[in-house]
Amino acid sequence: MGDVIVFAEHKNGHFPKTTLVAVNAGLELAQKRGASCIALITGEGIDGPAAEIARYGVSKVIALEDARLAHYLADATAQAIVGVAQRIGAETVLATATAIGKDVMPRVAARLNAPMASEIVTINEDGTFVRPMYAGNVLATVELDGPVRVVTVRATAFDAAKAGDSAAPVEKIGAELDTGSLKMEFVGFNEIKSDRPQLSEARIVVSGGRGLRSGENFKTVLEPLVDEIGAAMGASRAAVDAGFVPNDLQVGQTGKVVAPELYVAVGISGAIQHLAGMKDSKTIVAINKDEEAPIFSVADYGLVADLFKAVPEMTEELKKVKHS
Amino acid sequence: MKILVPVKRVPDPATTIRVLPDGTGIATDNIKWVINPFDEIAVEEALRIKEKQGSGEIILLSIGQQSWQEQLRTGLAMGADRAILVRADTALDTLAIARVIAQVATNEKPELVIIGKQAIDDDSNQVGQMIAETLGWPQATFASKVEFAGDKCTVVREVDGGLETLAFALPAVISTDLRLNEPRYASLPGIMKARKKPLAEIPVESLGVELAPKLKIRTLKAPEKRQAGRKLGSVQELVEVLHSEAKVI
Repeated sequence: MGDVIVFAEHKNGHFPKTTLVAVNAGLELAQKRGASCIALITGEGIDGPAAEIARYGVSKVIALEDARLAHYLADATAQAIVGVAQRIGAETVLATATAIGKDVMPRVAARLNAPMASEIVTINEDGTFVRPMYAGNVLATVELDGPVRVVTVRATAFDAAKAGDSAAPVEKIGAELDTGSLKMEFVGFNEIKSDRPQLSEARIVVSGGRGLRSGENFKTVLEPLVDEIGAAMGASRAAVDAGFVPNDLQVGQTGKVVAPELYVAVGISGAIQHLAGMKDSKTIVAINKDEEAPIFSVADYGLVADLFKAVPEMTEELKKVKHS
Repeated sequence: MKILVPVKRVPDPATTIRVLPDGTGIATDNIKWVINPFDEIAVEEALRIKEKQGSGEIILLSIGQQSWQEQLRTGLAMGADRAILVRADTALDTLAIARVIAQVATNEKPELVIIGKQAIDDDSNQVGQMIAETLGWPQATFASKVEFAGDKCTVVREVDGGLETLAFALPAVISTDLRLNEPRYASLPGIMKARKKPLAEIPVESLGVELAPKLKIRTLKAPEKRQAGRKLGSVQELVEVLHSEAKVI
């Protein structure tokens, strides 16, 4: 009783950090419930990833091998997850709140007739969870009633699980899918290619806001700094809304939540919606010409300056540090 | 096309949210209430689909108290045809909300439900997906482009690392992301007309769905505030402290 199933999302056969975070949260929850943590992976040709995730401390891996799960689709995947959850009588089904986690887990909850808590940041001893609301301005302690429940975890709130020497057993089974009820078709994926680190995994994030004034300026002013310090590039919602950069880069309440070691906010005023996505970063730097900008209220180091002068200067200074 | 658009009443995103000292809720004095911004995008998308197709009906749906009529009237003023307020005076959890909407969809038989990807108050991002599963419909969350050809719908979605395209036959549920469109303002003639548009009220109990909440909020608290640091005089000084003090570069 009390078992936790972690839906272990993989990409091209590998596990992004966000998945290892889910495993770690699952292990923590299972330990607090005195139960087992089981990793579930779905797809086609998944022997490799199944063997890999088995090394991360889980007690078992269930590999659902099925051609109908070769490409992620919400309806089929939800059915597959629910089938496993019911078969082993899981108490909690857990995933990280990635685009896929957000897409599929509410379907899982509805299918299980289970309550769901999104983006939890703390697992309490008494079985309750803490999750942010109102753009992170409120922390709610929530209780999920019933024999089974669903949670997504916020990727920045837990560490990634670490691989050990031993591997858990892998149970390979076919998925029970009601094929007639599956109605979604995958047409294509237009990958935004970038040599930079992923926003959710980067040690350093440099974000630009409306202060950059154009997409062109992101390229000519911000990107040299981003690449000089090997950062991932982010943006405020205002910059996304203005069409400067794709939504994929948005940091904030309605975009991605990041907590890197260093977050540099350039030309970002610091609306609460943006702060919601970055205020747990370890060190925050703000560069803004408006000294009243709210971003300075969360910044460890502030620079009141014209970004069009300060950013190229900073890029040059960093080169010196690197070569000294 | 008949389109059902659920809309939620939420505090204006610019409002400063304060937790009540006893942790039972947020202070609601001085709050300006608006349509959840993502739901507003959903209303706009429904209007554009209707305008493009030259016919159709857009039905707004809210689940809440009498005062929620305000936001429904705003949506009607934008151009929706009629509205339904399911009266529920106690708070429902996401699953119950999804069941209520699914039941109204079963009664109204829309071909499409368009809903905001998340409400900016509870930030759950659950209801659209739960409606789809409850009805056994396909879903496309985080939509940035929606197109129709015959009874087939193609949606471009904003996902991690790029844009994904999905296709399915209707009926379906679509949840809106930021860049799907820019919602219009209600025009003055629109506001005048909205007063006469039908707004039906139904008691939530009459829908016969399970309502008892299983997701319970025990307490609310404000997060610890991050302390402001210091302002530096120059770029050189900034790089220096990042290197030697914060040790991040």
